[in-house]
Amino acid sequence: MKLVVTGPFGVGKTTLIRTLSEIPPLHTEEAMTETGAGHDDLAGVPDKTTTTVAVDFGRLTVPGELVLYLFGTPGQERFFPLWEDIARGALGALVLADTRRLGDSFPVMDMVEEQGLPYAVAVNRFPDAPTYGDEVLRKHLDLHPSTPLVQCDARERRSSVEPLIALAEHVLTRLPEDRP
Amino acid sequence: MSRAPRRRLVPAYLVTGGRQLTSRADLDRLSVLTLADAKLTETPEATAGIGPEHHRLCALLAPGSLSLVECAAHLGLPVSATVVVAADLIESGHLQARGPVPRAQEIDRSLVERLLVGLRTLR
Repeated sequence: MKLVVTGPFGVGKTTLIRTLSEIPPLHTEEAMTETGAGHDDLAGVPDKTTTTVAVDFGRLTVPGELVLYLFGTPGQERFFPLWEDIARGALGALVLADTRRLGDSFPVMDMVEEQGLPYAVAVNRFPDAPTYGDEVLRKHLDLHPSTPLVQCDARERRSSVEPLIALAEHVLTRLPEDRP
Repeated sequence: MSRAPRRRLVPAYLVTGGRQLTSRADLDRLSVLTLADAKLTETPEATAGIGPEHHRLCALLAPGSLSLVECAAHLGLPVSATVVVAADLIESGHLQARGPVPRAQEIDRSLVERLLVGLRTLR
């Protein structure tokens, strides 16, 4: 099964996939160059020196003979056309958010909604980022009551599984009941 | 074969005779093109009156089917121009087109349930 991990620039998609994947994630992170200076706003993430250029790919074997493929897609708006291809056949999407830059998640969420993919929002807790209660975050992200919101630490494996569970539950509620 | 981009000797718009639109609006870049009948392209008489790019497309498809976008890549033509060429050949009966493979149907509920059970054990 295929899952898409997305989120705005610098939110930790690659970290999450690296944490969850059992294979070294195939990724194409590149040192940022000055060419991106006008496009990629580093406000709030001054230390970021690499960024996902194409697609991260990770694999997670789930007990029960299932394999979950994780596709991390570029957060930058200029790559949105890639989305259509990646989203095809995906179970759902995980949108990562950063409490320091919540607003940056809006365009990404808009795009996921446009694709009609079920999604869950995972707030990646950065050590130096302010923490908020779920209710406050929901309000600021303007989430639909049915959309799951989970806070996690993308560097920690168990914590990173939580949003996946929330997403799977959410996908399940959207699927019609099995006919006997 | 060299991968270096070559400049076309004949501009793409001449291939299509300056046309942009075709009667076949259903041709998608993932449509699969197949030669309708190999005999139709074997004899010079059968292919009389079609352009060189049309010939190349027929020759390309002789070993088997290809998606439209692949044909475009092999021919070194823009997809939009390839659509026009392919539509001509479909109309003249040289080619057949089949729609792209449909998207996977609805996700299997039991599969998601198994996934959920499996994920919970990872906690």
